[in-house]
Amino acid sequence: MGGLTYNSISQTRMATGEIYCQTLIEMAETDPRIVALTADLGKSSKIGAFMERFPDRFYQMGIAEQNMYAVAAGMAKSGLIPFTSSFAIFASCRALDQVHTDICYQNVPVKMISSHAGTSFGQAGTTHHSTEDIAIMRSLANLTVICPADGMETANAVRAAVEIPGPVYIRINRGYDQQVYEDLDYGFEVGKAVELHPGSDLTIIAMGSTVFQALQAARELDAVDKIKARVLDMHTVKPIDREAIIKAVHDTRRVVTVEDHTVIGGLGGAVAEVIAESGMGCAFRRLGLQDCFSPIGLHEDLMSYHGIDTNGILKSVRELMQLDFEEDEDWADEV
Amino acid sequence: MILDKETLSMLEAKANQLRHKTIDTVVYAGSGHLGGALSMIDAATLLYYNVMNIDRDDPDWEDRDRFVMSKGHAGIGLITIFSDLGWVPEEDLKTFNLTGSKYGIHLDSNVVPGVDASTGSLGHGLSLALGMALAAKQLKKDYFVYCMLGDGECQEGSIWEAAMAIAHYNQTNLITMVDRNKAQIDGETEDIMKLEPFQEKWTAFGFHAETIDGHDFEAIAQAIDDAKKRTDQPTCIILDTVKGKGVCFCEGDYRWHYGGISKDMAQQAHKDLDAYYDERLTRVKGA
Repeated sequence: MGGLTYNSISQTRMATGEIYCQTLIEMAETDPRIVALTADLGKSSKIGAFMERFPDRFYQMGIAEQNMYAVAAGMAKSGLIPFTSSFAIFASCRALDQVHTDICYQNVPVKMISSHAGTSFGQAGTTHHSTEDIAIMRSLANLTVICPADGMETANAVRAAVEIPGPVYIRINRGYDQQVYEDLDYGFEVGKAVELHPGSDLTIIAMGSTVFQALQAARELDAVDKIKARVLDMHTVKPIDREAIIKAVHDTRRVVTVEDHTVIGGLGGAVAEVIAESGMGCAFRRLGLQDCFSPIGLHEDLMSYHGIDTNGILKSVRELMQLDFEEDEDWADEV
Repeated sequence: MILDKETLSMLEAKANQLRHKTIDTVVYAGSGHLGGALSMIDAATLLYYNVMNIDRDDPDWEDRDRFVMSKGHAGIGLITIFSDLGWVPEEDLKTFNLTGSKYGIHLDSNVVPGVDASTGSLGHGLSLALGMALAAKQLKKDYFVYCMLGDGECQEGSIWEAAMAIAHYNQTNLITMVDRNKAQIDGETEDIMKLEPFQEKWTAFGFHAETIDGHDFEAIAQAIDDAKKRTDQPTCIILDTVKGKGVCFCEGDYRWHYGGISKDMAQQAHKDLDAYYDERLTRVKGA
């Protein structure tokens, strides 16, 4: 990972946003096309350090997100690679027309780093929760949508984003993430899920902050219930790893998706589409916000409330394992 | 005189030809945004045939001056320029707006040579233009960016977000122009949502703003020349124009924002445009 030196210790010292910023600084040292923009969220999104290192390549756009995303599109049409830093709720809702028309339709290389995603800024109130952004962004043509599990994966995603010729949306959380990866060298590849835990009884497909919770759940299921749960970190929601999903259905016949996001149109929706089109049946649950806005609270409390923390996943998995359904290998009678 | 008589005559002839072509294209398409195309065509003609640094052999030349048609619905006028410059085959105009055509009402920059930005959703173009202007500074290029706004479009809040940022960054390599034809889809701008005092709004946002006759090449050329030399603040040129200029049954009538014209009407429009051209030539010769 030429020049990048992060490891598990970095993650205990740096918030995910800070790792993003440091990664961007290191890349910008050798790539003069990279510039950064924010809409008065330099401090909150941790991009301020970029400003100190490259004051001439940092654009403060004030509290005017629509302008910022369209300006970034104009820059990208003229040879730059702009990274925008704002909250996920503003990228996906406030400035959606600009993201849709100026960035995605024109297919320009704007990299939208969108923080405070899901309920990670839970105590800020529901106006600051972003629980529909994946559903919205996933529907935009030309856009790659990535939701990293932790700081290491964020560094990998930011690095990969520069290599993608079109627009990219990277969804990260506020503050520190629970650590999933020890270092950067685990074979991150855009569009390819990472199998974090082997299993043949059931597959848990997670993204973002729920990946750590899914992994914890799988370990407990293994130790306590003797249930072998496969865990997939589906960091790229679009293009989604169809092969990994179909293999999971084939191998385990039970699939649970878990996301800090509404179950409508997000990771669960994306996985459901793949399963439905595969012609293979399976027991299936989508964990996430059940068509509701979230109450206010700390992130970990809200994850518990919505049943997307370790305990929530365990409960759903145990229920699913009790379901009686045809598990034979004869697919022909089900298609 | 910033334009000599020969240049003026060339511009008059070119604008006349483009107005006729615009009528033809509306007939091919079955309908079109005639009013707003005819109000901005003089300024666009001056830009492409006199002001802008472009390469006729390479519409994507990276050091070219940029033009963002923020009022994207005027694409039916702009496409006649690209056709005349040889960037779009003239025959293609006959497909404008038809199923399967490369050319829709709002032109696609990834498909149509010469289009510097895909626009249509109003209120975006000025920000796109600012991005291009900031990129010029960042990449140490000396191109200018011209942005044509509709006046009704200035009811969008995002225009004023962009205006604030242009003044904040003192982006003098971006020249803002507003086609102040005073009409929009549902009526007169001042009836729909008051814009006046319009020039003062731009001044208050930190621009040098001036209002000039948007059908007078000499006045537009002078305002652009002044704007290019100005370094202390960005410029907004408000083009006082008439919607549907040159075609009697359209002139000043907001209902001609968009519409279809029959062959008889087209014939009348061509006759009107001939008379309008004669009138303008007389003025040039007398100057």
